Amino acid sequence: MTITDEIIDYVGILAKLELSEDEKEQAKKDMSNMLEYVSKLDELDTSNVEAMSHAFPVKNVFREDVVTNGDDRENLLANAPEQKEGCYKVPKTFD
Amino acid sequence: MSKTYETVIGLEVHVELATKTKIFCGCSTLFGGAPNTHTCPVCTGMPGSLPVLNKGVVEKAVAVGLATNCTITQNCKFDRKNYFYPDNPQNYQISQLYYPICRDGKVEIEVDGNKKFVRIHEIHMEEDAGKLVHDPYSDSSLVDYNRSGVPLIEIVSEPDMRSAEEVIAYLEKLRLIIQYLGASDCKLNEGSMRADVNLSIREVGSEKFGTRTEMKNLNSFKAIARAIENEKERQIDLLESGEEVIQETRRWDDTKEYSYAMRSKEDAQDYRYFPDPDLVPIIISDEWMNEIKSRQPELRDEKRIRYKEEYDIPEYDIDIITNSKKLADIFEEAISLGAAPKKVSNWLMVETMRLMKEHEMDADDLKFSAKNLAAIIKMVDDKVINGTVAKEVFEKVFADNIDPEKYVEDNGLKTVNDEGALRKVIEEVIANNPKSVEDYKGGKEKAIGALVGQTMKAMQGKADPGEVNRILKEELAK
Amino acid sequence: MDIMSLTAVEIGKKIKNKEISVVEAASACIDRIEKLEPDYNCFVTVVDKEVILENAKKIQADIDSGKLTGPLAGVPIAIKDNMCTEGILTTCSSKILSNFVPTYTAEAVLKLKEAGAVIVGKTNMDEFAMGSTTETSYYGITKNPWDINKVPGGSSGGSAAAVAAEEVPAALGSDTGGSIRQPASFCGVTGIKPTYGRVSRYGLIAYGSSLDQIGPIAKDVTDCATILETICTHDDKDSTSYDKAADKFTEALVDDVKGMKIGIPRDYFAEGIDEDVKNGVLEAAKVLEEKGAIVEEFDLGMVEYAIPAYYIIASAEASSNLERFDGVKYGYRTSDFTDLHNMYKKSRSEGFGPEVKRRIMLGSFVLSSGYYDAYYVKALKTKALIKQAFDKAFEKYDVILGPVAPTTALGVGESLSDPLKMYLGDIYTVSVNLAGLPGISIPCGLDKNGMPIGLQLLGQTFDEKSIIRAAYAYECTRSYERPKQLSERGL
Repeated sequence: MTITDEIIDYVGILAKLELSEDEKEQAKKDMSNMLEYVSKLDELDTSNVEAMSHAFPVKNVFREDVVTNGDDRENLLANAPEQKEGCYKVPKTFD
Repeated sequence: MSKTYETVIGLEVHVELATKTKIFCGCSTLFGGAPNTHTCPVCTGMPGSLPVLNKGVVEKAVAVGLATNCTITQNCKFDRKNYFYPDNPQNYQISQLYYPICRDGKVEIEVDGNKKFVRIHEIHMEEDAGKLVHDPYSDSSLVDYNRSGVPLIEIVSEPDMRSAEEVIAYLEKLRLIIQYLGASDCKLNEGSMRADVNLSIREVGSEKFGTRTEMKNLNSFKAIARAIENEKERQIDLLESGEEVIQETRRWDDTKEYSYAMRSKEDAQDYRYFPDPDLVPIIISDEWMNEIKSRQPELRDEKRIRYKEEYDIPEYDIDIITNSKKLADIFEEAISLGAAPKKVSNWLMVETMRLMKEHEMDADDLKFSAKNLAAIIKMVDDKVINGTVAKEVFEKVFADNIDPEKYVEDNGLKTVNDEGALRKVIEEVIANNPKSVEDYKGGKEKAIGALVGQTMKAMQGKADPGEVNRILKEELAK
Repeated sequence: MDIMSLTAVEIGKKIKNKEISVVEAASACIDRIEKLEPDYNCFVTVVDKEVILENAKKIQADIDSGKLTGPLAGVPIAIKDNMCTEGILTTCSSKILSNFVPTYTAEAVLKLKEAGAVIVGKTNMDEFAMGSTTETSYYGITKNPWDINKVPGGSSGGSAAAVAAEEVPAALGSDTGGSIRQPASFCGVTGIKPTYGRVSRYGLIAYGSSLDQIGPIAKDVTDCATILETICTHDDKDSTSYDKAADKFTEALVDDVKGMKIGIPRDYFAEGIDEDVKNGVLEAAKVLEEKGAIVEEFDLGMVEYAIPAYYIIASAEASSNLERFDGVKYGYRTSDFTDLHNMYKKSRSEGFGPEVKRRIMLGSFVLSSGYYDAYYVKALKTKALIKQAFDKAFEKYDVILGPVAPTTALGVGESLSDPLKMYLGDIYTVSVNLAGLPGISIPCGLDKNGMPIGLQLLGQTFDEKSIIRAAYAYECTRSYERPKQLSERGL
């Protein structure tokens, strides 16, 4: 399929990536090539096949409802680009 | 001539489940706490951290599903809902789209004597987001992940409601069921129950649905009612002026009684759901489902039937008391402490309701203990205090849950049971109120009321009104 | 005696026998790293010398007191830089994590530390494990110790090259579509990608969560089996962790393949395979046959569908897994932005390299509204068919034998210009991840240019033992070949 500028811009919004004009052109080309290549899967009849998320069956993996974690704020916040009053500081949000 | 419109409403109700820990990590769900003190690598989205599902969340979700007549999805899965926002540390929320845990339920509501069913499309499990606070000093936002990962269920109704009254009846019904199950405390003001309203309008008689909007940030039943009214009018105005309703998410500002669209070009609303590869399928066997069902506590309808059988109180009272799990709990506990059902019911129906109304409170906000109410009832039964004093003491118990026995003792409120002293006061009252005495003797029986009042006043309220009456009559007959 | 020419298990033995001390082993390792790093660039971070030596002393004390008795006690080991290490910079070879110091340690690394291994550093890789050459690293390319004009393979290129260059006796790598096996093959060393679920992924920075597995890279099968035995545990922090006790993989180190049924997929030798690689691999099959294995060719099927399915699934999962890198909680944040979304976009666009962005874009697209079924669901169904094809093969065979890659190591810069061409090099490795199977890569000779060829042996789910046995039996017929450069340097 043809990848248009609109698609690249739209995917950029979804993925939060801002591409330069050159990068956009490259991305259009790369994505078109890849999609054409992966369309090889269309040759397969998968109508009676169930989608497989994990290669072997694992199920019902649970934790018991017991508190195991204490306060680790200082350690976790140590990596924050900006922090204030024990919080992660970010540009203003609307709500 | 203007057309007549019908409002079509569906609800998305988020309920925080009352588990001790978060849905995917061992952090506490306790409300409050300094920012980010209930966090770990998992609920702050640290690289390499992985979610492990809290079994209690599944059991509570199934319990709610069973109590709302849903079909349980015995092979269900989690999906990732991808969107960027700072309150969402992974920038995806773990939720359920393809295989939600419950489907196709219904609950019955009643408005003005009319009963109807509201169908439940699905209930799914998901994780809550963190909290954003605006920092005016730096004009930026501060993120607290204490709520990030708190377990939620989202109950999605069919568009079966037609008025704010029906919406509120539905919400109250859900709240009651969930509270009775112990699955959540369902407090709208604290955010443990939140409702988003999907609303559209159409001409009466039309089969087709109109374009709907989704209204967020509704923090009370009153706000919900106001927002519904406002949005209905807004959509009608649009249609009447030949404009179109745009499908969008709007945010309600209850102080301004106004909503605005939350649209932004960065907000594509394309969540790219896919099965979360870090989690495995949940298989809910018949055995497990039955086990959850067997642990289900007595729900409202069962309670109503039992109360009717066990206690001699009016059906109206039963309805009111069972309409709040909190009231029903107080009722049952006070009885178990020896108080007569009828008397407990009276205290709840009269004084409690009066004070709740006066303070604009919800039954969920009641602070007094059944033990203290039972103690007041016992003091009245034992004639330690009279009814008037009891009401005064109850006000204190209602406000601060003080120990009523100690309060009576400390404030010298016990009824004076010394007949000689009482008779002496009465003699004085008779001597000082010749007019009333004359009226009474002249046939105006009501005039005794004034004399009782004077006596109670002289006794500073600490007399038994029955005794006062009896002795007064004796003295007046002399 | 040159300590660094020994295997991990040999070093461990010498330490146990008090022939060398833990500090001596660690010092030899540090010296070798200091000497060769300027040329090979296998590491993003080398742990502070003082810290390593301090740690070595502590481990020596624990060995002396009898607290540490295992085969890896005191052995220096390197870790791929996508595994979190408490207090040690962990970058995933990306700018976006250029300042990330985790507060926790990946479970697999923790198991090595508990066994007394000395962590010496974090190895270079393709950024976020996306690539097959280690050229997409933000921290410079790693050179192949066999020929510095060639790539070491990837994405665990730093780990494989560090082992080949004898900078460390062994290292951990991770394998999403061949990232342990292919660099092991390109660098002439041995690597195992275990069955999905064998090794905890907790603390492994995810690329494709349903495909990622941690595994060892070392000079021989014995080292790999020993390390694997140490890091395979059930971990209740990872929902996809296998809940059965780990096998004693070292029990499979037996020089006996009599009666073992080995299948060679004919479809692996169709077009595109280098003649020398083909001959090297078939030669190895002959060796196993001579040792008593029953070797025959068969048609596996589905081979050409593995790469398309893999790139859809891996990119889709990656696009979601990498959303958390946003400049809010850790890592790189752009210095100049107008608002929240601008901060996200600039931090991510400046922080990620081209290959990562390419896969995030592809992954976001295939999951987007209207395309999900056509691409993602289709790929998951293809995955099921690929698993079925393997299941059928394993009804007949104990082990499947083939090449690791169609070629030996490519020249530096050769594949970067054409991503699709680079992806095609993964043809023999990605299906193994899709099917969740274990695979081992061991050297089987050199091509005409003197570059190592890799032999790949695949086993049924959770049957690492068969491939370890076959690989060990084959290894017993040959001697370990070092890169000639080492001897030329007088090492």
